[in-house]
Amino acid sequence: MRERDEEWTDLMRSAISGDSAAYHRLLKAVTPVLRAAARRGLARAGQPVDQSEDIVQDILLAVHLKRHTWDANAPFAPWLFAIARNKLIDTLRRRGRRIFVDIDDFAETLPGEAPVETAPAGEVAAQLNTLPARQRDVLQSIAVESASIKDTAKRFAMSEGAVRVALHRGLASLTAKLREN
Amino acid sequence: MDTDQLIKTLAADNSHRARPVGFVLMLALLAAAPVSLVMFFGELGFRPDIMTAMRNPFFDLKFAVTLALAVSAIAVSLHLSRPEASLRGFGWYLFIPAGLLVAGISGEMMMPQRMPMMTRLVGNNSKICMTAIPLLSLPLLAAALIGLRHGAPARPAVAGAIAGMLSAGFAATLYASHCTDDSPLFVATWYTLATALVTAIGALAGSKMLKY
Repeated sequence: MRERDEEWTDLMRSAISGDSAAYHRLLKAVTPVLRAAARRGLARAGQPVDQSEDIVQDILLAVHLKRHTWDANAPFAPWLFAIARNKLIDTLRRRGRRIFVDIDDFAETLPGEAPVETAPAGEVAAQLNTLPARQRDVLQSIAVESASIKDTAKRFAMSEGAVRVALHRGLASLTAKLREN
Repeated sequence: MDTDQLIKTLAADNSHRARPVGFVLMLALLAAAPVSLVMFFGELGFRPDIMTAMRNPFFDLKFAVTLALAVSAIAVSLHLSRPEASLRGFGWYLFIPAGLLVAGISGEMMMPQRMPMMTRLVGNNSKICMTAIPLLSLPLLAAALIGLRHGAPARPAVAGAIAGMLSAGFAATLYASHCTDDSPLFVATWYTLATALVTAIGALAGSKMLKY
């Protein structure tokens, strides 16, 4: 547990100093923990657990867009679980449930816990189609077709800088749309 | 888009660096300050006897109180812009301006007074005080909320309320240089009421605007 938290904190520090591979590894590592906690939270609120993946994606987007609020001298896990808890409560509240979510739901996930199967997520994919064409093209190229920023730039005859801007704007407006719905 | 694809996309955006919340907040406040200043000098302006008033410690105390409110509210709002933060351990910052006021009131009590207490408390400007402080604070409140949107507060209404105090603190600093009521009793009554009003507006706006 302790080891896991320290590893996450180290990965996040590397990510902040520009190491995208470390960032990728970190997001991969936290996702199963978030998924298990989201399922538990939904189950406790009497909600179908098949929406857990939407919550996981919502949390990941918030983590990404708010990572500048993480203090690099503090451990990463409490910050992550605070965001996760906020998003889970938000989702339940929007469904009309007032429910107390225990922070330990996140913290106490055992590392050896059996991996849960991934339910399909629909909300992000649905909102993707409402984005401006340029942002949608760039996001789709990088997400679905696994193209690099360089290849995406070539393909749409854009500069790499413009691709980076469209990518970030796309992620930000995706998050804003999820919040509205 | 499945979660692995999303993660890949987020990692591709890792090079994007957001500015610290404090920086964005300062920028927003600096952009809104001219609006409040124009409102102040257009409608109110300094009191005519400001040069003599400055030698009155109770006139100066008003600025100590209002600036202490603004500065401690900035510190608290920056702390609260982090998702894992709570008011615990930080709330006492907000008692600094209150403590200054209490000290001022006790100081005034010990001095011989020409006017009875109630006259000093009611003053001559309560109505304009209650109007000017909220109005002058509105541009600053909007700016503070825009700045704090950059953060991730766990409790948006609380963060919005602190943004209200912050903007009321600056607005009251401006207004204090116009107002001829210097009694700490007047400040404790009317400035506090005006600040409470702006705080309530901030809480309401924050609960909508500061969700992330």
